Amino acid sequence: MSELNLLPTPDEDDLRSTVAGFLAKRCDTAAIRDMYDGDRSAAGPVWRGLAGELGLAALLVPEELGGAGASAREAAVVLEQVGGSVAPAPFLTSAVVATTVLLAADATDAARDLLRGLAAGERTAALAVPFSAGSGGAVPTMAAEGDRVSGQATSVAGALEADVLLVPVAADGGVAVLAVRAADATVVPVESLDMSRQLADLSLEGAAGEVVVPAGAGAAAIDRALLTGAGLLASEQVGVAAWCLLTTVAYLKERRQFGRVVGGFQALKHRLADLYVAVESANAAARYAAAALAADDADAELAVHLAASYCGDAAVQAAEEAVQLHGGIGMTWEHPAHLYLKRAKSAQIALGAAGAHRDAIGRLVDLPAPD
Amino acid sequence: MTEQLTREDLRRRVAGLLAENDPQATDRLAFLRARYDAGLAWVHYPVGRGGLGLPREWHSDVERQLAEAGAPDNEPRRIGIGLGMAAPTILAFGTPEQQERFLRPLWTGEEVWCQLFSEPGAGSDLAGLATRAVRDGDGWIVNGQKVWTSSAHTARFAILVARTDPDAPKHRGLTYFLCDMTDPGVDVRPLRQLTGEAEFNEVFLTDVRIPDSQRLGAEGEGWKVATATLNNERVAIGGTPMPREGGMVGKVAADWRAHPEARTHDLHQRLLRLWVEAEVARISGMRLRQKLAVGRPGPEGAAMKLTFARLAQHLSGLELELLGEEGLRYESGRGWEMVRPDKVDFTGRDAGYRYLRAKGNSIEGGTSEILRNIVAERVLGLPAEPRTDKDVPWKESVR
Ligand SMILES: Cc1cc2nc3c(=O)[nH]c(=O)nc-3n(C[C@H](O)[C@H](O)[C@H](O)COP(=O)(O)OP(=O)(O)OC[C@H]3O[C@@H](n4cnc5c(N)ncnc54)[C@H](O)[C@@H]3O)c2cc1C
Repeated sequence: MSELNLLPTPDEDDLRSTVAGFLAKRCDTAAIRDMYDGDRSAAGPVWRGLAGELGLAALLVPEELGGAGASAREAAVVLEQVGGSVAPAPFLTSAVVATTVLLAADATDAARDLLRGLAAGERTAALAVPFSAGSGGAVPTMAAEGDRVSGQATSVAGALEADVLLVPVAADGGVAVLAVRAADATVVPVESLDMSRQLADLSLEGAAGEVVVPAGAGAAAIDRALLTGAGLLASEQVGVAAWCLLTTVAYLKERRQFGRVVGGFQALKHRLADLYVAVESANAAARYAAAALAADDADAELAVHLAASYCGDAAVQAAEEAVQLHGGIGMTWEHPAHLYLKRAKSAQIALGAAGAHRDAIGRLVDLPAPD
Repeated sequence: MTEQLTREDLRRRVAGLLAENDPQATDRLAFLRARYDAGLAWVHYPVGRGGLGLPREWHSDVERQLAEAGAPDNEPRRIGIGLGMAAPTILAFGTPEQQERFLRPLWTGEEVWCQLFSEPGAGSDLAGLATRAVRDGDGWIVNGQKVWTSSAHTARFAILVARTDPDAPKHRGLTYFLCDMTDPGVDVRPLRQLTGEAEFNEVFLTDVRIPDSQRLGAEGEGWKVATATLNNERVAIGGTPMPREGGMVGKVAADWRAHPEARTHDLHQRLLRLWVEAEVARISGMRLRQKLAVGRPGPEGAAMKLTFARLAQHLSGLELELLGEEGLRYESGRGWEMVRPDKVDFTGRDAGYRYLRAKGNSIEGGTSEILRNIVAERVLGLPAEPRTDKDVPWKESVR
C-alpha cells in the first residue's frame, strides 16, 4: 500500500494561486458584511466568476460530460481558498454535494444532462436537506405522487443560489432523488448565523420533478454526497482557520501595549503556538481526507470522519482566538473576524456535528460505546 | 547511479541481502553489519554511510520487508539517542573520518551513545552551560558536571557541548565534541526517577581528555551544531513513523476492547477525542516527513513533539482510569525496585509505568513551554523573549 501524497502537486499549486488571485480581486469582505444587512449583491458575481470564468464547477464532473475530470484534491484546494475569504459561493453545495449525488452509479440520463449544465457553469444545484444533516443518518424525504413532489425542507444551504433542487423522495423501492426547478418551489430565505452561506426553507406543493437517481439508489447516493461534502468542508475550515491565525499573528506583531508589541507576551505566544499546531494538524487531516476520497481509498470513510471531527473544532478555536486576541476591535462589525467566526461555527454544525463523526469513528475502528 | 534506483530496485536489494545473509542462520551482528554495508541501514543516508541517498519515506519499505523475513533489528529503543540525535549531527557536521569511524557501530548498536548537554545550572537555557573544555596540545581537557543523562550507564560515546571561550557571549563560546565514556575522568552515577527506575544519570567530568579529532564542527560553533541535534531530537521523539494505533493510543484502545465491563460514556467520549487527535497527529507526522523528504528538520519538529507529549500524557492518564482497580497496582516489571534499564521504552511495562514515564515527554528534548516559544518565534515570527544575556560575555552574564 503506497502512502497518500499529502503535499500539493504543481498543478494544485497553480490552481490555488488562480483561485486566490480571483478571490482577492473579486471577493470583498465589505460586500460580504453587507449580506448580513440584506444586500446579497456580492454573491452572484463571485459564483459566476468561480463557476463560469474559472470553470471550477466542472472539477468533479467527468470529461465526457464536459467536466474537468479532476478529483476531490482539486476541489479541496478551491474550498481552502473559499474558506480563507469566506466567499459567498455555493461551491460546496453545488459543485461538491449536489454534483456527487448526480455522479451516483445508478444516476439517470437526466442526471447526466444536469451534470453537463453544472459543469458549464450554466446551472447551480442544491440538495434539499438541512445543512446540519450528516452521512449515516436517515435522510428526511418528501412525498411524490407520480412525478409531482410535495413537502418541506428547512435550513437548506445553497438553495438561494440554485436553479435546481435535488429532492430526496420516499418511493416504493426506497429513496429516489428528483430534480425540481427552484422556480417551482417556495424558497424562503432564513436569517442565518452565517449569512455568507445563507440558508433557506423550501416548500413544494406538487412541483414537477424528474428522476435523477432511481428509487432504491437514492439513500446511498445522498450518503456518499454528504460524506464527500463533510470531507471537503474540512478544507474550507482549514482555510478559515489559517486566515484567522495569520491575521491574528500579523495584528499582534503590530499592536503595542505596555510599551511592547503585544505578540511578545508569552501568554499569547503560547496560545498562538498551540493554535499553529492545531491549524497544521487540521491541514494534514483535511488533505488526507481529500487524498483518500480522490483515490477512492479503502480508508476514505474513516479519513472523512477524522477530518470532519477535527477541522470543525480547529476552525472554531481559531476564529474564537482571533476575536479574543484582537481585543475590542475583534468585537466590531467593522473588523472581518466575525465573518470567519460565523462561518466557522456554522460549518462546525454542518454535514454532521463533530460528535456524530466521532461516533462513526468509534463504530469503524471497533471502539464501541458502552452498552 | 543510485539516483536511478526505483522502489522495486530497493526491494530487490533487500531480497539480495536476505539471500546472502539468511537471517535465521547468520549471527545477529554480522547480519546488521552486512545490512549497513549494503546501504540498507537508513536508505536516506549517503552511499558508504549505511544508505543509498534515497527518499526518507522509502525507508519504511525496507523495515517492513526485513521484519517480514524475521531479520533481527538494531534494537532502536536501546540506541535511540545515537540513531535520532548523534547520527544525523555527525552526518551533517562530521569529517569523513568521523563518519567512517562512528556511524556503523552506532547503527549496529555495538556502540551506544548518550547526550551530555543538560547541566544543573543549564537546562532550558542550555547555552548557559558551564562545563569547560580547555585546549591542551592536540586535544582538549574537559571539566564539569552534566545531569539527566539518559543511557550514560550503557553508553560508549557521548555527544557533548562544552564552553571553550568564556569571554564570548554565551551562544558563541561553545564547542561540540564526541566524548569517550570510558575515559577514566568520566564518572556516571544513577539518578532515580519517579518511575522507580534510573534511566538517567548525573555525569561528572574530571580532566577528561578528548582528542581534537573528536571535535564536531568548528571551535565556537557548538551552538549551531547543538541546535541541529535538538531539531533532530524533536523529530525523533515526536515524528517517528507509526502504524495506526501505534504507540500509546494502541494500548488504551486495546484495553477498551478487552474490558467491556469498564466502559462508561465519559471514558468513551474522551477516548474517541484522543483517538482522533492521535490519528491526526500520525497523519501530520506523515505530512511533515513528506515535506522533509529532501530537507533537514527545522522548528516544525517542535510542533510534532508538543502534540506527542500532550497526547501521551492524556492517553496514559485515561488508561489508568479505564483500568480501574488494576490501575491502582504497580506490579509489572519489578514494581518500584530501582533498576537501571538498558533501553528507553515509553510504552513498555504497565499502565502505571506508562503514565509516570509520559510525564518526562514534556520535559526531555526541550520542555513544552520552550517548544511553544520556539514555534512562536521561529515559525510564527513573534518577538523573542526579553533577555539580558545575549551579547554579554558569558563569564559576566547573570546566571
Ligand atoms: C526523562 C528525561 C530524560 C532526559 N535525558 C536527557 C539526556 O539524555 N541528555 C540531556 O542532556 N538532558 C536530558 N534531559 C534534560 C532535559 O533536556 C531538561 O530537563 C530540560 O531541557 C529542562 O531543563 P531543566 O530540567 O533545567 O528545567 P528548567 O529549565 O529549570 O525549567 C523549569 C520550568 O521552567 C520552564 N521554563 C524555563 N524557561 C522558560 C521560559 N523561557 N519560558 C517559559 N517557561 C520556561 C520549563 O518549561 C520548566 O517547566 C532529560 C530530561 C528528562 C525528564
